[in-house]
Amino acid sequence: MRAVTRPIGLACLLLASNPSFADYQLNLAPGVTSTSQNSYDIHQIVMWICVVIGIIVYGVMTYSIVTHTKAKKHKAATFDDNLKIEILWTVIPILILIGMAIPATSALLAMEDTSNSDMSIKVTGYQWKWHYDYVGEDVSFFSNLSTPMAQIKNKETKGENYLLEVDNRIVIPTGKKVRFLFTSNDVIHSWWIPAFGVKKDAIPGYINESWTQVEEPGVYRGQCAELCGANHGFMPIVVEAKSEADYLAWLGEKKSAQAAAAASGNKTWTMDELMAHGETAYNTSCGACHQPGGEGLPGAFPAIKGSAIATGDVAKHIDVVLNGVKDTGMQAFGPQLNDADLAAIITYERNAWGNNTGDMVQPSDVKAAR
Amino acid sequence: MNAVVEEHHDHDHKPTGMGRWLFSTNHKDIGTMYLWFSFSMFFIGGALALLIRAELFQPGMQIVEPEFFNQLTTLHGLIMVFGVIMPAFVGLANWQIPMMIGAPDMALPRMNNWSFWLLPGAFGLLIASLIMSIMGMGSAPNFGWTFYAPLSTTYGPDSTDFFIFSVHLMGISSVMGAINVIATIMNLRAPGMTYMKMPIFVWTWFITAYLLIAVMPVLAGVVTMMLTDRNFGTSFFNAAGGGDPVMFQHIFWFFGHPEVYIMILPAFGIISSIVPTFSRKPLFGYSSMVYATASIAFLSFIVWAHHMFTTGMPVAGELFFMYATMLIAIPTGVKVFNWMSTMWRGSLTFETPMLFAIAFIFLFTMGGFTGLMLCIAPADFQYHDTYFVVAHFHYVLVTGAAFSIMAAVYFWLPKWTGNMYDEKLGKLHFWLTCISANVLFFPMHFVGLAGMPRRIPDYALQFAEFNQIASVGAFVFGFSQLIFLYLVIKCVKGGEKATSEVWEGAKGLEFDLPSPAPFHSYTTPPEVK
Repeated sequence: MRAVTRPIGLACLLLASNPSFADYQLNLAPGVTSTSQNSYDIHQIVMWICVVIGIIVYGVMTYSIVTHTKAKKHKAATFDDNLKIEILWTVIPILILIGMAIPATSALLAMEDTSNSDMSIKVTGYQWKWHYDYVGEDVSFFSNLSTPMAQIKNKETKGENYLLEVDNRIVIPTGKKVRFLFTSNDVIHSWWIPAFGVKKDAIPGYINESWTQVEEPGVYRGQCAELCGANHGFMPIVVEAKSEADYLAWLGEKKSAQAAAAASGNKTWTMDELMAHGETAYNTSCGACHQPGGEGLPGAFPAIKGSAIATGDVAKHIDVVLNGVKDTGMQAFGPQLNDADLAAIITYERNAWGNNTGDMVQPSDVKAAR
Repeated sequence: MNAVVEEHHDHDHKPTGMGRWLFSTNHKDIGTMYLWFSFSMFFIGGALALLIRAELFQPGMQIVEPEFFNQLTTLHGLIMVFGVIMPAFVGLANWQIPMMIGAPDMALPRMNNWSFWLLPGAFGLLIASLIMSIMGMGSAPNFGWTFYAPLSTTYGPDSTDFFIFSVHLMGISSVMGAINVIATIMNLRAPGMTYMKMPIFVWTWFITAYLLIAVMPVLAGVVTMMLTDRNFGTSFFNAAGGGDPVMFQHIFWFFGHPEVYIMILPAFGIISSIVPTFSRKPLFGYSSMVYATASIAFLSFIVWAHHMFTTGMPVAGELFFMYATMLIAIPTGVKVFNWMSTMWRGSLTFETPMLFAIAFIFLFTMGGFTGLMLCIAPADFQYHDTYFVVAHFHYVLVTGAAFSIMAAVYFWLPKWTGNMYDEKLGKLHFWLTCISANVLFFPMHFVGLAGMPRRIPDYALQFAEFNQIASVGAFVFGFSQLIFLYLVIKCVKGGEKATSEVWEGAKGLEFDLPSPAPFHSYTTPPEVK
C-alpha cells in the first residue's frame, strides 16, 4: 500500500509552492498503552471483516457489470424474490455482528475501568489552552501552544512539531496508572492523545474520567478534538512520560518554580521589567484573540490598540482583565494568572503599540483589586 | 377528487409570468423551484467548501482567519444538509409522487407553495449573516452545523439568533412538506394501488415523511431552548445556572440521527427505481426493501448517542448504543444485497443514471463500512471528531445522497422536459464527478486515522500530503458540477425528443404519461391491476 501511495504523495509535493512535510501514516497506530492497543485491535478486526465483505459484494456486482450486459446480449432473468437467500443474508450478518460485539464489549469494559489508579491529574479546558492540576501535589499550570505566530503565518519555516508543541508539558510517571479528571472553564473541549487511545470531552459542569498507563518514557502529542471556537486548532497537548525518579525530580522543580513566581508578586517592578515580561505574557495569554499587534479581529475580538479601556481609567482596565466581560469571549484572567503576570500584561497593554499612557501597574495594585 | 378531474380539460392552462412561480400550487412548478433552489444552494455551499479546501491545501494560515474558517465549515454544513439535500428530495417528491401514484397533483397544493417559499427566507437570513461577516459587521454562525452548547449559546455570535429563526423556518417548511407527502400518498393513490403495490420511491418517501414529522419539532425545541437561554435568562444548557450542556447533545442527536436517514431513505428509493430499469429486471425483494426501510427508520430513534461516546456516558449506555447501532447494518446490508441481486443476471446498460446508481451502491457501501467501524465504541474513541468521520459522512452524503439526486435528475429529466439530455456530457460529468469525489474524500480516511481532528483551519505537517490530494480532488469535483448545470439548461431548452417510456422497458405510472408530463399529471386516475 505504502509503495503505491508514496509516488502519489510525491507527485503532489510538486504541486506545493512552499512545502514542508513530515512522515504520513495510512492506518491507525497501535499506540503505547493497553487502551490504544485495544482500540487498534478492534479497529483491525472490524476493518478487515469489512474489507472481506466488500470484496465479495463488489466482486459479485463487478461480475454482473462485466458479463450480464445488454452489449454482450445477456438475456435478463425474471426472478424477483427468494425467501431462503433473504433469510441467509439476514442471519449471516447477525452472526458476524455478534462476532464483533464480543471483543468490542470486553475492550470497552477494560478501557473504562478507572479504579485503582496511582495518581490523579485534573485537566481543565480553557479557550484555548489546557490547565493541569496535580491533585494533592499543589502543582498546577497552564499549557499553551508554543508554535510562533510567524510559522503559522508562513513567515518562518515550520518546525518539526508544528502546532503540536507547548510551553509547559504535562509530565507523568511511567508504569503508574494515572487517572485524568476532565472539566472545562468555558465551552466543551476534548482531550486527545492518539498514542494513549484516550479521548474524553471536557465539559463545563461535568467531571469526566479516563486513565492511562504508559510503560516507555517518551513524548506524546495530541490536540483538542471538539470544536471550541476560533483557536480550536491551536490548543495542542504534549505529555512527557518520565521514569518515576525523573518525574519526582520534575515535580520538585515545578513546586519551587511556583513558589518563586508567587514571591515575584511582592516586589516592585521597573517599567522595563514589566514591559518585557508583559510582552511574553500577553502573547501567551491574550495574543490569540487580540493579536500580537493588539489590533484584534474585527467582528470577533476588539482591538486593544487605541481602545478606550486600555487608554482610559486604570481601575476599569484591571477590572476587565481580572473579572472578564460577561457574555463575551473575554474570560476572567484573575483565577488564571498571578499578580505579576497580570500587572505586566496590563502595563504592556497600556504602553505598547502607541497606547503610550505611561501608566505602570504593580503586582500590588492587582492584588488590591482582586 | 372527481370534481377536480372533471373541471379540467386535457389542455393545460399554465399561469404566466412571475405569478406562475410566486403563487404556484402546481406540484411540477413547485418541484422545479425546489430543485433549482437546491441546485443554487449546492453552488453556494460548494463555494464555501472550496474555500475550506483552499485553506487546507497546505499547512499554515493562508487565505482566511481561523474565526472565519469556522463560519465556513458551519455554513457549508447547514447549507448542504438543509439547503441542498433535503430540498432536492422534496423537489423530487413533488415531481414524482403524484405521477407515480396516478394523482393530478399533491393533496395540499397551497401548503406546498408555502413550504417552498419559506426556504428562500430561511436561507436568506443565514446567508445574510455570512455576507455581514464578510463586510466586517459581526460573525456568522461559527459553531459547526451541530451547534453544540455552550459554544452556540453563551459564546455564540449575535447572528446565532438569525440562525435560530432560520432553523425554525426550515423546520416548518419540512414538516409541511412531510404532511403533504403523507396526505398525498394516503389519499390520492390510483384505484387498485395498495400500499404494497406502491413504487419503492413512494414507499421510502412515505417513511421519510414520518421521520420528518417526528424529529423536526425536536430540532425546533432545541433551538427554542437556545433562544431563551441566549435572550431570556433561562439555563437549559448553561451549567452555571443548573443546566446541562450534554442534554443539548442528546436532544440535538435525537433529531440528528433520524435526520441523516431523512437524507438517505429517499436515495434508497431512487436507486431502487433506477437499477431495475437498466438491468431490465424487476427489483429483487420488493417487500424486504420496504421492511428494511421501515426497520432503519425505527432503529434511527434508538441510536442517537453513538455520536456522543466521548461525552462520558456510563459504560452501560455505551454498550446499548453500540449494539443498537450495529443492528442498522442488517437492514442496510439487505438493501445492498437486493440491489446486487437485481443486477445479477440482468441485461445491463450504462446510461448516466445507471452509472450514478452503480457508483452510489459501491460508494454508499463504503460509507456504510466506515459507519459500522464508527459504531464500535472502543474504536470510536480514536475516530471520533477526526477526518475519519468527515470521510464517512461525505461518502454517505455526497457519493450517497447527492449521487442519488444526480441519478434521479438524469433518470427523470427527459420525463420532465420532454427532451433527452446530452448523454456524452452526462457521462463526462459522471466520470469527472465520481473520480474526483474519491480523490477528495478517500484520503480523509488516512489523515483521520493518523490523528487529524476535524474543524481545524491548520494542521501538523504529517497530514500535509493527503490534504493536498483532497484539495485537488475538491476543485475538480466542484468545477465538474458546472458541466451538470450546463447539461440541465441545455436539456430544458431542447434536444432529442423523449418517448413517453423514455428508457427501454421503464416501468411505473410516470412512464405511461407523455413526455413532457402534462401540467396536471393524471386528471383521470389510472387503474392499477
